[in-house]
Amino acid sequence: MADPMRIRAMLIGDLVEVKVLMAHDMETGQRKDVDGNTVPAHYIVSIGATCNGRTVLSAQWGPSIAKNPFLSFRFRHAKKGDKLTVTWTDTGGDTRTDEVAIG
Amino acid sequence: MINSHRRAFFHVTCRVGLSALMVSFGLRSALSWAAESRPAFESRTLDEVFKALGISHPQQSTDITFKAPEIAENGAVVPLEVESKLPQTRSIILVVEKNPHVMTADFSIPEGTEPFIATRVKVAESSNVHAIVKTDAGAFYATKLVKVTLGGCGG
Repeated sequence: MADPMRIRAMLIGDLVEVKVLMAHDMETGQRKDVDGNTVPAHYIVSIGATCNGRTVLSAQWGPSIAKNPFLSFRFRHAKKGDKLTVTWTDTGGDTRTDEVAIG
Repeated sequence: MINSHRRAFFHVTCRVGLSALMVSFGLRSALSWAAESRPAFESRTLDEVFKALGISHPQQSTDITFKAPEIAENGAVVPLEVESKLPQTRSIILVVEKNPHVMTADFSIPEGTEPFIATRVKVAESSNVHAIVKTDAGAFYATKLVKVTLGGCGG
């Protein structure tokens, strides 16, 4: 199981500003280890964020997203205390979901 | 042997079952990760990305605010920020032209979400980086050159 995401969601005016940090190696499949063996590709391919069941962002990623990915976005129509849920899935089929209350 | 067969069977059954479930809930696109279903991510050039995404005649636009560092001392972590002022922005796509995999990310912007994305990408060597915005009125893009310096001197 991957480490939890760090998610911050703050209501500023009528906008919720979201910042997410994910713990993931994002291996491109191009890198070689000290013995010269290619490190197999292993990276997050899809991200979804929902607020009270409504999708507020979805994305498809390739291996060019940096290690331990950072993502920020903003959405409307939410209030303090609403739950924001973020889910990622990687090339190995691993998935991680974390939730935070909007502050 | 038996064990590996059982695992394979279980794996296939799960994939098929799960796919069917996702289709029925309309989640297939959000959760699918199989490379064969993501032709844009197999692209080697910007033109291939446009083709795979069904974009013809993309236009350069100053209504896309695209922030990228001119010089990146560490190409492994390059912050990018895209904000679109184009009406009906439906998706924001990031392409790093000289990376082995040029297609970097495709963000879907639903109704109620601002056409704004900030993230960090890898830039393998000095390269043009493109922010493509798909709208109901066609596709637009903005381009920044990111120079990646080798060594730690910032030169």
